[in-house]
Amino acid sequence: MTSFWSIWVIVLTVACLALIFGLLLWNLKNYTGVEEGESCGHEFDGIEELNNPLPKWWTIMFFACFVWSVFYLAAYPGLGNWAGLFKWTSSNQGVTSMAESKQAVIEAHENGERVQLDQEYRAADERFGPIFKQYASQDIETLVKDEKALEIGQRLFAQNCAQCHGSDGRGGLGFPNLTDNDWLYGGTPDKIKETLLNGRVAAMPGWKDALGEQGIKEMTAYVLSLSGRTVNQKDADAGKAKFAMCAACHGMDGKGSVAHNLPFGAPNLTDNIWLYGGSQRAVEETLNHGRQGVMPAWKDILGEDKVHLLTAYVYSLSNAQ
Amino acid sequence: MANKNSTNKHEIVEKNVGLMAILTVFAISFGALVEITPLMFQKDTTQPVDGLRPLTALEMEGRDIYIREGCYGCHSQMIRPFRDEVERYGHYSVAGESVWDHPFQWGSKRTGPDLARVGQRYSDDWHYAHLMDPRSVVPESNMPAYPWLDKNVLDGKLTAKKLEVFKGFGVPYTEEDIKGAEEAVKGKTEMQALIAYLQQLGTHLK
Repeated sequence: MTSFWSIWVIVLTVACLALIFGLLLWNLKNYTGVEEGESCGHEFDGIEELNNPLPKWWTIMFFACFVWSVFYLAAYPGLGNWAGLFKWTSSNQGVTSMAESKQAVIEAHENGERVQLDQEYRAADERFGPIFKQYASQDIETLVKDEKALEIGQRLFAQNCAQCHGSDGRGGLGFPNLTDNDWLYGGTPDKIKETLLNGRVAAMPGWKDALGEQGIKEMTAYVLSLSGRTVNQKDADAGKAKFAMCAACHGMDGKGSVAHNLPFGAPNLTDNIWLYGGSQRAVEETLNHGRQGVMPAWKDILGEDKVHLLTAYVYSLSNAQ
Repeated sequence: MANKNSTNKHEIVEKNVGLMAILTVFAISFGALVEITPLMFQKDTTQPVDGLRPLTALEMEGRDIYIREGCYGCHSQMIRPFRDEVERYGHYSVAGESVWDHPFQWGSKRTGPDLARVGQRYSDDWHYAHLMDPRSVVPESNMPAYPWLDKNVLDGKLTAKKLEVFKGFGVPYTEEDIKGAEEAVKGKTEMQALIAYLQQLGTHLK
Protein backbone atom coordinates (compact mmCIF):
# COMPACT_ATOMS: atom_id res chain seq x y z
CA MET A 1 0.00 0.00 0.00
CA THR A 2 1.39 3.40 -0.90
CA SER A 3 1.76 5.83 1.98
CA PHE A 4 -1.06 7.97 0.59
CA TRP A 5 -3.57 5.13 0.90
CA SER A 6 -2.09 4.06 4.20
CA ILE A 7 -2.67 7.56 5.60
CA TRP A 8 -6.12 7.62 3.98
CA VAL A 9 -7.12 4.44 5.80
CA ILE A 10 -5.61 5.53 9.11
CA VAL A 11 -7.14 9.01 9.09
CA LEU A 12 -10.62 7.79 8.13
CA THR A 13 -10.57 4.92 10.61
CA VAL A 14 -9.40 7.08 13.49
CA ALA A 15 -11.79 9.88 12.53
CA CYS A 16 -14.67 7.43 12.44
CA LEU A 17 -13.80 6.06 15.87
CA ALA A 18 -13.40 9.58 17.24
CA LEU A 19 -16.81 10.59 15.90
CA ILE A 20 -18.46 7.54 17.41
CA PHE A 21 -16.79 8.20 20.73
CA GLY A 22 -17.82 11.85 20.65
CA LEU A 23 -21.38 10.88 19.81
CA LEU A 24 -21.50 8.53 22.75
CA LEU A 25 -20.15 11.12 25.18
CA TRP A 26 -22.55 13.69 23.84
CA ASN A 27 -25.49 11.38 24.39
CA LEU A 28 -24.53 10.65 27.97
CA LYS A 29 -25.51 14.13 29.12
CA ASN A 30 -29.02 15.45 29.29
CA TYR A 31 -29.30 18.50 27.05
CA THR A 32 -33.03 18.32 26.55
CA GLY A 33 -34.11 20.48 29.40
CA VAL A 34 -36.47 17.73 30.49
CA GLU A 35 -35.87 16.01 33.79
CA GLU A 36 -34.82 12.35 33.60
CA GLY A 37 -37.86 10.10 33.67
CA GLU A 38 -40.16 12.96 32.76
CA SER A 39 -42.28 13.13 29.63
CA CYS A 40 -40.66 14.59 26.53
CA GLY A 41 -43.92 16.29 25.88
CA HIS A 42 -45.24 14.33 22.97
CA GLU A 43 -47.33 11.22 22.57
CA PHE A 44 -48.55 9.21 19.59
CA ASP A 45 -51.59 6.96 19.84
CA GLY A 46 -51.29 7.06 23.57
CA ILE A 47 -47.62 6.11 23.61
CA GLU A 48 -45.60 8.69 25.43
CA GLU A 49 -41.83 9.18 25.17
CA LEU A 50 -40.08 9.59 28.46
CA ASN A 51 -36.64 11.13 28.68
CA ASN A 52 -34.83 8.05 29.93
CA PRO A 53 -31.04 7.87 29.93
CA LEU A 54 -29.10 5.30 27.84
CA PRO A 55 -29.30 1.89 29.55
CA LYS A 56 -26.25 1.27 31.68
CA TRP A 57 -25.48 -2.21 30.34
CA TRP A 58 -25.66 -0.85 26.79
CA THR A 59 -23.38 2.07 27.55
CA ILE A 60 -20.85 -0.21 29.21
CA MET A 61 -20.86 -2.51 26.19
CA PHE A 62 -20.33 0.43 23.90
CA PHE A 63 -17.28 1.48 25.89
CA ALA A 64 -16.03 -2.09 25.94
CA CYS A 65 -16.31 -2.32 22.14
CA PHE A 66 -14.42 0.90 21.86
CA VAL A 67 -11.60 -0.34 24.05
CA TRP A 68 -11.60 -3.58 22.06
CA SER A 69 -11.27 -1.68 18.78
CA VAL A 70 -8.22 0.14 20.07
CA PHE A 71 -6.62 -3.11 21.17
CA TYR A 72 -7.60 -4.82 17.91
CA LEU A 73 -6.19 -2.12 15.67
CA ALA A 74 -2.94 -2.14 17.63
CA ALA A 75 -2.59 -5.94 17.51
CA TYR A 76 -3.85 -6.81 14.04
CA PRO A 77 -3.42 -5.29 10.58
CA GLY A 78 -6.15 -2.70 10.12
CA LEU A 79 -4.53 0.70 10.12
CA GLY A 80 -3.01 1.05 6.66
CA ASN A 81 0.50 -0.32 6.54
CA TRP A 82 0.65 -0.99 10.27
CA ALA A 83 1.25 -4.75 10.45
CA GLY A 84 0.04 -5.05 14.02
CA LEU A 85 1.94 -6.02 17.16
CA PHE A 86 1.38 -9.73 16.47
CA LYS A 87 2.56 -9.41 12.85
CA TRP A 88 -0.36 -11.68 12.03
CA THR A 89 -1.87 -12.13 8.59
CA SER A 90 -4.08 -14.82 7.05
CA SER A 91 -1.95 -15.52 3.97
CA ASN A 92 0.71 -14.04 1.73
CA GLN A 93 -1.46 -11.86 -0.44
CA GLY A 94 -0.57 -10.24 -3.72
CA VAL A 95 1.69 -13.03 -4.96
CA THR A 96 1.72 -13.25 -8.76
CA SER A 97 3.29 -16.67 -9.34
CA MET A 98 3.84 -20.00 -7.58
CA ALA A 99 7.54 -19.21 -7.25
CA GLU A 100 6.70 -15.89 -5.58
CA SER A 101 4.25 -17.66 -3.29
CA LYS A 102 6.92 -20.14 -2.17
CA GLN A 103 9.40 -17.32 -1.69
CA ALA A 104 6.87 -15.34 0.35
CA VAL A 105 6.44 -18.27 2.75
CA ILE A 106 10.20 -18.39 3.36
CA GLU A 107 10.54 -14.62 3.73
CA ALA A 108 7.61 -14.28 6.09
CA HIS A 109 9.07 -17.03 8.26
CA GLU A 110 12.49 -15.36 8.33
CA ASN A 111 10.95 -12.01 9.24
CA GLY A 112 9.08 -13.58 12.11
CA GLU A 113 5.66 -12.80 10.62
CA ARG A 114 2.77 -14.95 11.73
CA VAL A 115 1.10 -16.09 8.52
CA GLN A 116 -1.87 -18.21 9.56
CA LEU A 117 -1.89 -20.54 6.53
CA ASP A 118 1.88 -21.07 6.63
CA GLN A 119 1.66 -21.92 10.32
CA GLU A 120 -1.12 -24.41 9.68
CA TYR A 121 1.02 -26.05 7.04
CA ARG A 122 4.11 -26.08 9.21
CA ALA A 123 2.18 -27.75 12.00
CA ALA A 124 0.73 -30.31 9.59
CA ASP A 125 4.12 -31.01 8.06
CA GLU A 126 5.58 -31.61 11.48
CA ARG A 127 2.86 -34.08 12.26
CA PHE A 128 2.29 -35.83 8.94
CA GLY A 129 5.55 -35.14 7.10
CA PRO A 130 7.56 -37.86 8.84
CA ILE A 131 4.81 -40.41 8.18
CA PHE A 132 4.78 -39.69 4.45
CA LYS A 133 8.59 -39.51 4.36
CA GLN A 134 8.88 -42.87 6.01
CA TYR A 135 6.52 -44.44 3.49
CA ALA A 136 8.24 -42.66 0.61
CA SER A 137 11.50 -44.41 1.49
CA GLN A 138 9.94 -47.88 1.21
CA ASP A 139 9.41 -49.56 -2.11
CA ILE A 140 5.97 -50.33 -3.46
CA GLU A 141 6.21 -54.10 -2.96
CA THR A 142 6.75 -53.49 0.76
CA LEU A 143 3.98 -50.92 1.05
CA VAL A 144 1.47 -53.24 -0.58
CA LYS A 145 1.77 -55.44 2.52
CA ASP A 146 1.36 -52.48 4.88
CA GLU A 147 -2.29 -52.08 5.86
CA LYS A 148 -1.86 -48.57 7.22
CA ALA A 149 -0.16 -47.40 4.04
CA LEU A 150 -2.93 -48.83 1.90
CA GLU A 151 -5.52 -47.17 4.11
CA ILE A 152 -3.94 -43.76 3.50
CA GLY A 153 -3.67 -44.60 -0.19
CA GLN A 154 -7.32 -45.56 -0.27
CA ARG A 155 -8.33 -42.19 1.21
CA LEU A 156 -6.22 -40.32 -1.28
CA PHE A 157 -7.82 -42.39 -4.01
CA ALA A 158 -11.35 -41.62 -2.83
CA GLN A 159 -10.54 -37.93 -2.70
CA ASN A 160 -8.72 -37.55 -5.99
CA CYS A 161 -9.21 -40.54 -8.28
CA ALA A 162 -12.68 -41.93 -7.62
CA GLN A 163 -14.36 -39.22 -9.71
CA CYS A 164 -13.16 -41.01 -12.86
CA HIS A 165 -12.06 -44.48 -11.81
CA GLY A 166 -14.88 -45.06 -9.35
CA SER A 167 -14.60 -45.56 -5.59
CA ASP A 168 -13.83 -49.26 -6.17
CA GLY A 169 -11.29 -48.46 -8.90
CA ARG A 170 -13.24 -50.38 -11.51
CA GLY A 171 -13.51 -47.40 -13.85
CA GLY A 172 -16.30 -46.72 -16.28
CA LEU A 173 -16.91 -46.02 -19.91
CA GLY A 174 -13.77 -44.21 -21.05
CA PHE A 175 -12.09 -44.49 -17.65
CA PRO A 176 -9.83 -47.50 -17.18
CA ASN A 177 -10.58 -50.27 -14.72
CA LEU A 178 -7.62 -50.40 -12.33
CA THR A 179 -8.40 -53.78 -10.81
CA ASP A 180 -8.08 -56.08 -13.84
CA ASN A 181 -4.36 -56.17 -14.61
CA ASP A 182 -4.99 -54.85 -18.12
CA TRP A 183 -2.74 -51.81 -18.47
CA LEU A 184 -2.55 -49.11 -21.11
CA TYR A 185 0.84 -47.80 -20.02
CA GLY A 186 2.18 -50.67 -17.98
CA GLY A 187 1.30 -52.03 -14.56
CA THR A 188 4.68 -52.12 -12.87
CA PRO A 189 4.99 -49.84 -9.82
CA ASP A 190 7.35 -47.56 -11.74
CA LYS A 191 4.98 -47.21 -14.66
CA ILE A 192 1.97 -46.59 -12.44
CA LYS A 193 3.89 -43.92 -10.56
CA GLU A 194 4.98 -42.32 -13.82
CA THR A 195 1.37 -42.21 -14.97
CA LEU A 196 0.22 -40.65 -11.69
CA LEU A 197 2.97 -38.05 -11.55
CA ASN A 198 2.97 -36.81 -15.11
CA GLY A 199 -0.39 -37.85 -16.48
CA ARG A 200 -0.97 -39.44 -19.88
CA VAL A 201 -2.42 -38.23 -23.13
CA ALA A 202 -3.64 -40.82 -25.60
CA ALA A 203 -4.74 -39.97 -29.11
CA MET A 204 -6.51 -42.47 -31.30
CA PRO A 205 -7.25 -40.73 -34.59
CA GLY A 206 -10.57 -41.09 -36.40
CA TRP A 207 -10.49 -43.24 -39.54
CA LYS A 208 -13.79 -42.20 -41.07
CA ASP A 209 -12.23 -40.44 -44.04
CA ALA A 210 -9.43 -42.93 -44.60
CA LEU A 211 -11.54 -46.10 -44.37
CA GLY A 212 -14.98 -45.05 -45.53
CA GLU A 213 -18.21 -46.62 -44.31
CA GLN A 214 -17.50 -50.07 -45.70
CA GLY A 215 -13.91 -49.96 -44.48
CA ILE A 216 -15.05 -49.12 -40.92
CA LYS A 217 -17.48 -52.03 -41.02
CA GLU A 218 -14.73 -54.41 -42.13
CA MET A 219 -12.21 -53.15 -39.60
CA THR A 220 -14.79 -53.43 -36.83
CA ALA A 221 -15.38 -57.05 -37.79
CA TYR A 222 -11.67 -57.81 -37.72
CA VAL A 223 -11.08 -56.03 -34.39
CA LEU A 224 -13.97 -57.93 -32.80
CA SER A 225 -12.65 -61.21 -34.21
CA LEU A 226 -9.34 -60.61 -32.41
CA SER A 227 -10.97 -61.39 -29.08
CA GLY A 228 -12.74 -64.43 -30.45
CA ARG A 229 -16.11 -62.86 -31.26
CA THR A 230 -18.22 -64.30 -34.02
CA VAL A 231 -18.15 -61.95 -37.01
CA ASN A 232 -18.75 -61.91 -40.73
CA GLN A 233 -15.56 -63.65 -41.87
CA LYS A 234 -15.48 -61.94 -45.26
CA ASP A 235 -15.57 -58.51 -43.63
CA ALA A 236 -12.96 -59.54 -41.08
CA ASP A 237 -10.57 -60.74 -43.77
CA ALA A 238 -10.97 -57.48 -45.66
CA GLY A 239 -10.30 -55.60 -42.40
CA LYS A 240 -7.22 -57.69 -41.67
CA ALA A 241 -5.72 -56.68 -45.00
CA LYS A 242 -5.79 -53.05 -43.89
CA PHE A 243 -4.77 -53.61 -40.25
CA ALA A 244 -1.23 -52.37 -40.91
CA MET A 245 -2.48 -48.82 -40.37
CA CYS A 246 -3.49 -49.78 -36.83
CA ALA A 247 -0.40 -51.85 -36.13
CA ALA A 248 1.84 -48.81 -35.60
CA CYS A 249 0.24 -48.38 -32.16
CA HIS A 250 -1.65 -51.62 -31.44
CA GLY A 251 1.00 -53.94 -32.87
CA MET A 252 0.52 -56.27 -35.84
CA ASP A 253 -1.01 -58.87 -33.50
CA GLY A 254 -3.32 -56.23 -31.95
CA LYS A 255 -1.96 -56.90 -28.47
CA GLY A 256 -1.51 -53.22 -27.71
CA SER A 257 1.39 -50.91 -27.03
CA VAL A 258 2.33 -52.31 -23.62
CA ALA A 259 2.99 -55.74 -25.13
CA HIS A 260 5.28 -54.11 -27.67
CA ASN A 261 6.98 -51.71 -25.27
CA LEU A 262 5.49 -48.69 -26.99
CA PRO A 263 4.41 -45.57 -25.06
CA PHE A 264 1.16 -44.82 -26.91
CA GLY A 265 -1.36 -46.23 -24.47
CA ALA A 266 -3.00 -48.19 -27.29
CA PRO A 267 -5.19 -50.92 -25.76
CA ASN A 268 -4.80 -54.63 -26.25
CA LEU A 269 -7.54 -55.52 -28.75
CA THR A 270 -7.41 -59.25 -28.15
CA ASP A 271 -8.47 -59.54 -24.50
CA ASN A 272 -12.15 -58.60 -24.78
CA ILE A 273 -11.67 -55.69 -22.35
CA TRP A 274 -13.13 -52.54 -23.86
CA LEU A 275 -12.36 -49.08 -22.54
CA TYR A 276 -15.00 -47.43 -24.73
CA GLY A 277 -17.41 -50.32 -25.08
CA GLY A 278 -17.16 -53.55 -27.03
CA SER A 279 -20.43 -53.49 -28.92
CA GLN A 280 -20.23 -53.28 -32.67
CA ARG A 281 -21.64 -49.78 -32.51
CA ALA A 282 -19.15 -48.62 -29.88
CA VAL A 283 -16.18 -49.98 -31.81
CA GLU A 284 -17.47 -48.34 -34.99
CA GLU A 285 -17.80 -45.06 -33.10
CA THR A 286 -14.21 -45.39 -31.88
CA LEU A 287 -12.94 -46.12 -35.37
CA ASN A 288 -14.94 -43.32 -36.98
CA HIS A 289 -14.14 -40.49 -34.59
CA GLY A 290 -11.11 -41.63 -32.62
CA ARG A 291 -10.67 -41.34 -28.83
CA GLN A 292 -8.71 -38.95 -26.65
CA GLY A 293 -8.02 -40.46 -23.27
CA VAL A 294 -6.45 -38.03 -20.81
CA MET A 295 -5.09 -38.81 -17.38
CA PRO A 296 -4.28 -35.56 -15.51
CA ALA A 297 -0.89 -35.06 -13.85
CA TRP A 298 -0.85 -35.15 -10.03
CA LYS A 299 2.73 -34.23 -9.24
CA ASP A 300 1.99 -30.56 -8.50
CA ILE A 301 -1.34 -31.19 -6.83
CA LEU A 302 -0.41 -34.05 -4.48
CA GLY A 303 3.39 -34.05 -4.36
CA GLU A 304 5.63 -37.10 -4.78
CA ASP A 305 5.20 -38.57 -1.30
CA LYS A 306 1.45 -38.87 -1.58
CA VAL A 307 1.69 -40.14 -5.14
CA HIS A 308 4.00 -42.87 -3.82
CA LEU A 309 1.29 -44.09 -1.44
CA LEU A 310 -1.33 -43.82 -4.17
CA THR A 311 0.88 -45.92 -6.41
CA ALA A 312 0.96 -48.60 -3.75
CA TYR A 313 -2.80 -48.52 -3.41
CA VAL A 314 -3.44 -48.66 -7.18
CA TYR A 315 -0.90 -51.46 -7.51
CA SER A 316 -2.61 -53.36 -4.71
CA LEU A 317 -5.95 -53.26 -6.55
CA SER A 318 -4.76 -55.75 -9.14
CA ASN A 319 -2.05 -57.44 -7.09
CA ALA A 320 -3.93 -58.65 -4.04
CA GLN A 321 -1.67 -59.93 -1.30
CA MET B 1 -47.11 19.79 21.88
CA ALA B 2 -43.59 19.69 20.51
CA ASN B 3 -40.85 20.30 22.96
CA LYS B 4 -40.26 23.99 22.88
CA ASN B 5 -36.88 23.70 24.46
CA SER B 6 -34.49 24.65 21.64
CA THR B 7 -31.58 22.87 23.31
CA ASN B 8 -32.93 19.44 22.23
CA LYS B 9 -30.81 19.16 19.07
CA HIS B 10 -31.53 15.49 18.66
CA GLU B 11 -35.07 16.40 17.75
CA ILE B 12 -33.79 18.15 14.60
CA VAL B 13 -32.49 14.82 13.24
CA GLU B 14 -35.50 12.88 14.44
CA LYS B 15 -37.96 15.08 12.67
CA ASN B 16 -36.08 15.78 9.44
CA VAL B 17 -35.95 12.71 7.21
CA GLY B 18 -33.75 14.35 4.54
CA LEU B 19 -31.10 15.33 7.07
CA MET B 20 -31.27 11.89 8.66
CA ALA B 21 -30.71 10.26 5.25
CA ILE B 22 -27.68 12.43 4.56
CA LEU B 23 -26.19 11.64 7.97
CA THR B 24 -26.88 7.92 7.49
CA VAL B 25 -25.05 7.89 4.14
CA PHE B 26 -22.23 9.84 5.78
CA ALA B 27 -21.93 7.26 8.55
CA ILE B 28 -22.03 4.26 6.20
CA SER B 29 -19.61 5.79 3.69
CA PHE B 30 -16.72 5.42 6.13
CA GLY B 31 -16.71 1.65 5.67
CA ALA B 32 -16.69 1.86 1.88
CA LEU B 33 -14.09 4.62 1.78
CA VAL B 34 -11.74 2.67 4.02
CA GLU B 35 -12.33 -0.88 2.78
CA ILE B 36 -13.23 -0.57 -0.91
CA THR B 37 -11.77 2.63 -2.38
CA PRO B 38 -8.09 1.86 -1.67
CA LEU B 39 -8.42 -1.57 -3.37
CA MET B 40 -9.08 0.13 -6.69
CA PHE B 41 -5.60 1.62 -6.57
CA GLN B 42 -3.59 -1.24 -5.03
CA LYS B 43 -0.98 -3.13 -7.04
CA ASP B 44 -2.02 -6.23 -5.09
CA THR B 45 -5.55 -6.11 -6.45
CA THR B 46 -5.12 -4.57 -9.91
CA GLN B 47 -1.99 -6.33 -11.20
CA PRO B 48 -2.64 -9.58 -13.08
CA VAL B 49 -0.67 -12.67 -12.02
CA ASP B 50 2.30 -13.39 -14.29
CA GLY B 51 0.63 -16.17 -16.26
CA LEU B 52 -2.75 -14.51 -16.79
CA ARG B 53 -4.12 -14.36 -20.33
CA PRO B 54 -7.52 -13.15 -21.53
CA LEU B 55 -10.17 -15.81 -22.12
CA THR B 56 -10.25 -17.07 -25.71
CA ALA B 57 -13.39 -16.45 -27.73
CA LEU B 58 -14.63 -19.99 -27.01
CA GLU B 59 -13.86 -19.72 -23.29
CA MET B 60 -15.69 -16.40 -23.19
CA GLU B 61 -18.81 -18.07 -24.61
CA GLY B 62 -18.31 -20.82 -22.04
CA ARG B 63 -18.19 -18.21 -19.29
CA ASP B 64 -21.51 -16.80 -20.45
CA ILE B 65 -23.04 -20.27 -20.38
CA TYR B 66 -21.63 -20.75 -16.88
CA ILE B 67 -23.46 -17.59 -15.87
CA ARG B 68 -26.62 -18.38 -17.85
CA GLU B 69 -26.99 -21.82 -16.27
CA GLY B 70 -26.42 -20.36 -12.83
CA CYS B 71 -23.39 -22.53 -12.04
CA TYR B 72 -22.29 -19.85 -9.58
CA GLY B 73 -25.39 -20.66 -7.52
CA CYS B 74 -23.81 -23.90 -6.31
CA HIS B 75 -20.11 -23.51 -7.16
CA SER B 76 -17.75 -20.91 -5.78
CA GLN B 77 -14.50 -19.90 -7.46
CA MET B 78 -12.65 -18.78 -4.40
CA ILE B 79 -10.21 -20.95 -2.48
CA ARG B 80 -9.79 -19.41 0.95
CA PRO B 81 -6.38 -19.54 2.62
CA PHE B 82 -7.16 -22.41 5.01
CA ARG B 83 -5.20 -25.64 4.95
CA ASP B 84 -8.26 -27.84 4.45
CA GLU B 85 -9.24 -25.86 1.36
CA VAL B 86 -5.74 -25.60 -0.05
CA GLU B 87 -5.21 -29.36 0.42
CA ARG B 88 -8.42 -30.11 -1.43
CA TYR B 89 -8.50 -27.50 -4.17
CA GLY B 90 -4.96 -26.18 -4.58
CA HIS B 91 -3.22 -22.86 -3.98
CA TYR B 92 -5.53 -20.26 -2.42
CA SER B 93 -7.03 -17.79 -4.88
CA VAL B 94 -5.19 -14.50 -5.30
CA ALA B 95 -6.62 -11.19 -6.46
CA GLY B 96 -4.38 -11.03 -9.53
CA GLU B 97 -6.20 -14.01 -11.04
CA SER B 98 -9.54 -12.20 -11.18
CA VAL B 99 -8.56 -8.77 -12.48
CA TRP B 100 -9.92 -9.53 -15.96
CA ASP B 101 -13.17 -11.08 -14.75
CA HIS B 102 -16.16 -8.79 -15.20
CA PRO B 103 -17.93 -9.66 -13.05
CA PHE B 104 -15.81 -12.14 -11.09
CA GLN B 105 -17.40 -15.53 -10.42
CA TRP B 106 -16.25 -15.98 -6.83
CA GLY B 107 -19.73 -16.99 -5.72
CA SER B 108 -20.62 -17.55 -2.09
CA LYS B 109 -22.39 -20.90 -2.02
CA ARG B 110 -20.89 -24.36 -2.15
CA THR B 111 -23.50 -27.00 -2.78
CA GLY B 112 -20.95 -28.44 -5.19
CA PRO B 113 -17.19 -28.14 -4.83
CA ASP B 114 -15.18 -25.00 -5.47
CA LEU B 115 -14.13 -24.67 -9.11
CA ALA B 116 -11.40 -22.03 -8.85
CA ARG B 117 -8.74 -24.59 -9.88
CA VAL B 118 -10.76 -27.25 -11.60
CA GLY B 119 -8.88 -26.61 -14.88
CA GLN B 120 -6.87 -29.65 -16.09
CA ARG B 121 -7.90 -31.67 -13.05
CA TYR B 122 -10.21 -33.87 -15.12
CA SER B 123 -10.14 -34.77 -18.80
CA ASP B 124 -12.44 -33.17 -21.36
CA ASP B 125 -14.16 -36.53 -21.68
CA TRP B 126 -14.86 -36.57 -17.97
CA HIS B 127 -16.46 -33.13 -18.10
CA TYR B 128 -18.55 -34.23 -21.05
CA ALA B 129 -19.76 -37.35 -19.26
CA HIS B 130 -20.31 -35.38 -16.05
CA LEU B 131 -22.30 -32.55 -17.63
CA MET B 132 -24.42 -34.97 -19.67
CA ASP B 133 -25.20 -37.07 -16.60
CA PRO B 134 -23.35 -36.27 -13.36
CA ARG B 135 -24.35 -39.60 -11.79
CA SER B 136 -22.58 -41.56 -14.51
CA VAL B 137 -19.26 -40.62 -12.96
CA VAL B 138 -20.17 -39.45 -9.44
CA PRO B 139 -23.02 -41.68 -8.23
CA GLU B 140 -23.75 -39.64 -5.11
CA SER B 141 -23.86 -36.30 -6.96
CA ASN B 142 -26.99 -34.14 -6.76
CA MET B 143 -25.96 -31.88 -9.63
CA PRO B 144 -28.52 -31.46 -12.41
CA ALA B 145 -27.69 -32.77 -15.89
CA TYR B 146 -27.16 -30.32 -18.74
CA PRO B 147 -27.67 -32.44 -21.87
CA TRP B 148 -28.97 -29.56 -24.00
CA LEU B 149 -25.51 -27.99 -23.96
CA ASP B 150 -24.44 -30.73 -26.35
CA LYS B 151 -27.25 -29.88 -28.77
CA ASN B 152 -27.08 -26.09 -28.78
CA VAL B 153 -24.66 -24.84 -31.40
CA LEU B 154 -23.06 -21.41 -31.16
CA ASP B 155 -23.38 -19.01 -34.06
CA GLY B 156 -20.78 -16.60 -32.70
CA LYS B 157 -22.70 -13.52 -33.80
CA LEU B 158 -22.16 -11.67 -30.53
CA THR B 159 -18.76 -13.07 -29.59
CA ALA B 160 -16.71 -10.29 -31.16
CA LYS B 161 -18.92 -7.70 -29.45
CA LYS B 162 -18.33 -9.41 -26.11
CA LEU B 163 -14.56 -9.30 -26.53
CA GLU B 164 -14.81 -5.66 -27.56
CA VAL B 165 -16.77 -4.80 -24.42
CA PHE B 166 -14.17 -6.56 -22.32
CA LYS B 167 -11.45 -4.66 -24.13
CA GLY B 168 -13.22 -1.54 -22.95
CA PHE B 169 -12.86 -2.88 -19.38
CA GLY B 170 -9.10 -3.05 -19.91
CA VAL B 171 -8.71 -6.70 -20.90
CA PRO B 172 -5.91 -6.76 -23.50
CA TYR B 173 -7.70 -8.27 -26.49
CA THR B 174 -6.05 -7.58 -29.83
CA GLU B 175 -7.85 -6.54 -33.00
CA GLU B 176 -7.04 -10.00 -34.32
CA ASP B 177 -8.74 -11.69 -31.35
CA ILE B 178 -11.87 -9.68 -31.97
CA LYS B 179 -11.85 -10.22 -35.73
CA GLY B 180 -11.38 -13.96 -35.39
CA ALA B 181 -13.89 -14.38 -32.56
CA GLU B 182 -16.90 -15.37 -34.62
CA GLU B 183 -14.90 -17.84 -36.67
CA ALA B 184 -13.41 -19.35 -33.51
CA VAL B 185 -16.73 -20.31 -31.93
CA LYS B 186 -19.02 -20.81 -34.92
CA GLY B 187 -20.33 -24.34 -35.10
CA LYS B 188 -18.97 -25.32 -31.67
CA THR B 189 -21.46 -26.66 -29.17
CA GLU B 190 -22.20 -24.91 -25.89
CA MET B 191 -20.78 -28.02 -24.23
CA GLN B 192 -17.42 -27.48 -25.92
CA ALA B 193 -17.44 -23.84 -24.89
CA LEU B 194 -18.25 -24.57 -21.24
CA ILE B 195 -15.62 -27.30 -21.02
CA ALA B 196 -13.04 -24.95 -22.58
CA TYR B 197 -13.93 -22.38 -19.92
CA LEU B 198 -13.72 -24.89 -17.08
CA GLN B 199 -10.41 -26.32 -18.28
CA GLN B 200 -8.61 -22.98 -17.97
CA LEU B 201 -9.93 -22.11 -14.49
CA GLY B 202 -7.11 -21.50 -12.05
CA THR B 203 -4.37 -22.59 -14.44
CA HIS B 204 -2.84 -19.13 -14.77
CA LEU B 205 -1.07 -18.97 -11.42
CA LYS B 206 2.07 -20.80 -12.44
